[in-house]
Amino acid sequence: MLTEFGKIFIFILLAVVFVPLIVYVAKFIRPARPTKEKLKIYECGENPEGSPWIKFNIRFYVIALIFLIFDVEVVLLFPWALTYQDFGFYGFMVGIIFLLILGLGMAYEWRKGDLEWERPKPIPPILDDEPPAENEELKEESLTI
Amino acid sequence: MSLYDIIFYLFALLVLVSAFITVTSKNIVHSAFSLMFTLFGVAGIYVLLGADFLGVVQLLVYVGGILILMIFGVMMTNEITNVDIKTGTTQVVPAIIGVGLFAGALTSMMLRTGWNSQPSENMDTTTYAIGKLLLTEYVLIFELLGMLLLVALIGAASVARKEKE
Repeated sequence: MLTEFGKIFIFILLAVVFVPLIVYVAKFIRPARPTKEKLKIYECGENPEGSPWIKFNIRFYVIALIFLIFDVEVVLLFPWALTYQDFGFYGFMVGIIFLLILGLGMAYEWRKGDLEWERPKPIPPILDDEPPAENEELKEESLTI
Repeated sequence: MSLYDIIFYLFALLVLVSAFITVTSKNIVHSAFSLMFTLFGVAGIYVLLGADFLGVVQLLVYVGGILILMIFGVMMTNEITNVDIKTGTTQVVPAIIGVGLFAGALTSMMLRTGWNSQPSENMDTTTYAIGKLLLTEYVLIFELLGMLLLVALIGAASVARKEKE
């Protein structure tokens, strides 16, 4: 007997096995000719600069905090959504009051501007007369990994 | 050993190994990342015990929410790579006493509890029963939970808000 969670488990297992398997199988087919440029970390075509572990904007944290509260709200609404029809109008109102209480919080956040995203002020570029330095020529030397 | 047991031991192994990495890793990002596998494994064990709603809540709230918050908290620290986390052994004697007392309490609890040894492979889903209880016996608690979440929301936002000059 396969329960619904059993099916989910098979999905998880497939997902975990599939990725290493594909990477391993691809190793036999793909040509491997690494150069210095190819081995660089891909950063949308730009040359990577500095550490990727930078200090994040505090706004992400506030948004995640608000998300967590509404996450719990949604979780609590699942059992209500399954059963409220058995109780008629009373069951419906219980959920509506619950939602209104949290809607109040949402309105508060909105009014206080916690959902606004502070944009950094753009700094206009300062042009200097000096010509830019010559770019380094790309070297295509073969590397061994 | 049935398939159920194999899956249980798989999740138990996942929890133990990733919890060990969480505690011993010197890199705080690796710690936070391996905590994800610990929480996920606990969710799997909840599901295996027939507490399917609790398992889904664990996945949604802990893996999807609290862990994100933790990783953001880690990323908010100024020098992530240079944080010197002490993972050595200090205060051995107090630690042994504390862990021993806790382990003793857990063991005595384990031995005294009458465990339900019914096979739990074909359990009913619990979400419907929880919903019924929330609308009858615990309806006040349900609304109070809403209030609690509201208080947490406003409190968290006012603490985290940047003071305007």
